[in-house]
Amino acid sequence: MTVAVVVFPGTNCEHDIVHALHLAGADAELVWHTETDLTGASGIVLPGGFAHGDYLRTGAIARFSPVMDSVGQLASNGLPTIGICNGFQILCEAGLLPGALVANRDLKFICKPVHVRVESTDSVLTRGAKVGQVLEIPLNSYEGNYIARDIDAIETEGDVILRYSTADGKVDASASPNGSMNSIAGITNHARNIAGLMPHPERACEPILGSSDGMVLIEGFVASLSAVPA
Amino acid sequence: MTRTYRVTVTRKPGLSDPEGATTSKALNDLGFDQVESVSFGRTLTIDIEAPSDEEARAQLEAMCGMLLANPVIEDHTIESVP
Repeated sequence: MTVAVVVFPGTNCEHDIVHALHLAGADAELVWHTETDLTGASGIVLPGGFAHGDYLRTGAIARFSPVMDSVGQLASNGLPTIGICNGFQILCEAGLLPGALVANRDLKFICKPVHVRVESTDSVLTRGAKVGQVLEIPLNSYEGNYIARDIDAIETEGDVILRYSTADGKVDASASPNGSMNSIAGITNHARNIAGLMPHPERACEPILGSSDGMVLIEGFVASLSAVPA
Repeated sequence: MTRTYRVTVTRKPGLSDPEGATTSKALNDLGFDQVESVSFGRTLTIDIEAPSDEEARAQLEAMCGMLLANPVIEDHTIESVP
């Protein structure tokens, strides 16, 4: 039971998420993007970074990396799969999650702790959290502004799992650091096995990092992992 | 023969375009009051070996669908460059 943590050229958060997964009791190993078969993995993580330099658009080149056929196939078959930051952007580009991430509203790279409110526990990331729970997790992105043409359908289906909020859980435009539609910070697919979020829970997984609020998300993912032997 | 095309990729109307909105406001602030909106995009100039204009455009459409544009949020146009 090993989580495959995919490493593209330019990925830079892979060791952080492996550490966080270990803290949560899961085995994890790094997988180079030229691998073509992830069969046997208990789950998949696409970590943060700048895959392929983010040239053209964030995630646009990465979605054609050799590993992505296997990621798409396994994720479509129900394997727990998450994308963090750049990984979220790649999942959107690959069509595994709806919408896209574009430049922040104020055209600034944002690197600071933000608050997010849990909107739904029906996902592999949020299953261990409580609806309404507020988490303080670092955000670290320029293209973190979530947009989708079918936003009404996404809301109606209950696919939103996290929204930017104030520390006491109020959601409004002023609490959204990057201008995301409806303050969306994280979403899931209809099957609930694929999830993406812009903030970095792996950077808030133990007190020495200033917050361990991200651990409830990491632990939720670990609790979701497939029992398929590696 | 080698043919040259300019592919322009822009955000779909109605979707957030922070660069365009910021530039539009900056132009207004500079006194260009008539500017109503600015849309950002990118242009790619592509040389392609193709026997006909139709074949070249078919290839470019396929490229836009797969890689050059994100059909979820972007539109594209293809122009021949003399």
